[in-house]
Amino acid sequence: MTDVLTPVLTAHWDEPDSFTLAAYRRHGGYQALAKAVTMPPEDIVTAVKESGLRGRGGAGFPTGMKWGFLPKGEDKPHYLVVNADESEPGTCKDIPLMLATPHLLVEGAIITSYAIKAPKAFIYVRGEVLHVVRRVQQAVAEAYEAGYIGKDILGSGYDLDLVVHTGAGAYICGEETALLDSLEGFRGQPRLKPPFPAVAGLYACPTVINNVESIASVPSIVANGAAWFAGMGTEKSKGFGIFSLSGHVTTPGQYEAPLGVTLRTLLDLAGGVRAGHRLKFWTPGGSSTPIFTDEHLDVPLDFESVGAAGSMLGTRALQIFDETTCVVRAVLRWTEFYEHESCGKCTPCREGTFWMVRVLGRLEQGEGTEEDLEKLLDICDNILGRAFCALGDGAVSPVTSSIKYFRDEYLEHQKRGGCPFDPAAATAWATGSGR
Amino acid sequence: MPFSDEARSRLDPDADEIIGRYPRARSALLPLLHLVQAEQGHVCDDGIAYCAQRLGLTESEVAAVVSFYTMFKRHPVGEYHVGVCTNTLCAIMGGDQILAGLREHLGVGDDEPTADGKVSLEHVECNAACDFAPVVMVNWEFFDNMTPDSARELVDGLRSGAGITLPRGPQRLCTWREASRILAGFPDGQAAEGPQAGQPTLAGLRVAREHGWAAPAAPAPAGTAPAPAGTASGEGGQ
Repeated sequence: MTDVLTPVLTAHWDEPDSFTLAAYRRHGGYQALAKAVTMPPEDIVTAVKESGLRGRGGAGFPTGMKWGFLPKGEDKPHYLVVNADESEPGTCKDIPLMLATPHLLVEGAIITSYAIKAPKAFIYVRGEVLHVVRRVQQAVAEAYEAGYIGKDILGSGYDLDLVVHTGAGAYICGEETALLDSLEGFRGQPRLKPPFPAVAGLYACPTVINNVESIASVPSIVANGAAWFAGMGTEKSKGFGIFSLSGHVTTPGQYEAPLGVTLRTLLDLAGGVRAGHRLKFWTPGGSSTPIFTDEHLDVPLDFESVGAAGSMLGTRALQIFDETTCVVRAVLRWTEFYEHESCGKCTPCREGTFWMVRVLGRLEQGEGTEEDLEKLLDICDNILGRAFCALGDGAVSPVTSSIKYFRDEYLEHQKRGGCPFDPAAATAWATGSGR
Repeated sequence: MPFSDEARSRLDPDADEIIGRYPRARSALLPLLHLVQAEQGHVCDDGIAYCAQRLGLTESEVAAVVSFYTMFKRHPVGEYHVGVCTNTLCAIMGGDQILAGLREHLGVGDDEPTADGKVSLEHVECNAACDFAPVVMVNWEFFDNMTPDSARELVDGLRSGAGITLPRGPQRLCTWREASRILAGFPDGQAAEGPQAGQPTLAGLRVAREHGWAAPAAPAPAGTAPAPAGTASGEGGQ
């Protein structure tokens, strides 16, 4: 029986020098790389496939399979691009990982580059996290100096160049093809797929794009074996992941557990909803995943179970809201975010998010009608599945799910001619907040 | 007006280094824009012309990129640029009250600097520190678990030059232009300063330690002792 929490990525975060090469080596750091470069690259791809690791950036696509899609026998260079543009609302796991243990990411990036035969790799880190950028820059510099990056890595004959590239403030660049356009020096707008990046990615060359946490999981798989990793989690959602609790919870933070843990268990470990309050709604994986309520406390947080319950596991960003929170205000704010971050390329998303903000604003002010709810659902229907990329789909999630669970609360705004909630009661410093 | 020869002689070697990182020159555009922002404090027409000239692009091609990214400013901002997260979670936890309080206190609009040029203010979207909500950023450094009062004290300190303690950053808060230079890929040597993690970052690890929970032990390679769990390759552990 696996333990309730399984710190692997987070196992050494409490050591004050955890971000240094010395600390990382103290716990066997770069020994997975030393092992990897003695293996045929194909064997590493096979091991990651067999481990069952699925993308930790939200979509959950099998990582090893993604690597396996790279065409063989072409003369174009391959590239690895690490998506470190963490910006899905509620998601806050990659940033602390890079702050505390950037070498875990760097070692994973080197092993992955070797496995996919890439001579060059990029870490695209969002720009708005200066100290994280410093730590990643330093880790890469230390790895170069130690001979883990550069020419003839550990005597293997393999050469790799690793570049840290900072973004400049655009949520959409977390979408993998928008990230590629941004990395090529353009506005970050998504590309039509197919062709997928594995065939035509960066500079139209075969490219693997993986999330930070996915890449950081690779060294442990190489070191301990696919079976070790697959021994955790559920049948189809294997391994461990970082669950991020935030909001109205007694002890918010990062909890690393096997996939399939429930919010009830995690909330227990985190001291529950803040004192004197009760759970109202929550997101299982960021704002783009339909909200859940207290009915869903026992849904196993794995890809299949969360999907079957009507949402998505996403990035395991568990944003907890108690009964002081106005769901209409929450949804309006998320929708304003999607309107602001819509890249403008496709009409359903650009126009749809604009109009949803207008209608939701009216509803929040108590000036809406019941017909407005139908209008919102109709707009959602015209965005979902019709937008160019997943941003549009994400934008409808909070709207449709909140109307499903809290239709009466929308109508209450109309009845009262305004919001029935006191925003002061929801703050972290509200009396009796337990914080 | 193009950059002076003096400015160009300072920028050119850095720009060469940036362009040299990439297989194709245009990939250097975002870091080059961070670099000209470090030079000028914002991206003005000269900076756009410089990037265009260095990369063989038209000025309109560069301007189209600048306008897409919120971190590039076309007008001067403060020496300390303050961003208050008002995405849903931070807003509900008090970010809205913090932003409203700072707007009133400073008397400035979005991206507008105070008359002394010290501080500017904007609302920012989720900055991936939700377990520290409400969050305020200054020159893209984290200020965690803020309140309207602590935010007001922070901006007053920024304006008066009082010492600012960064909860998860280096000992000294760098200026907006210094921050832009780091983002262009030129580290300032302060990476080792500051803590490795904040308290919420360690919440789960603490619980695991209290209960003695760990990942399963790695299978022992032939001829060696079984390794403790929770390490990348089976050495060490707690």
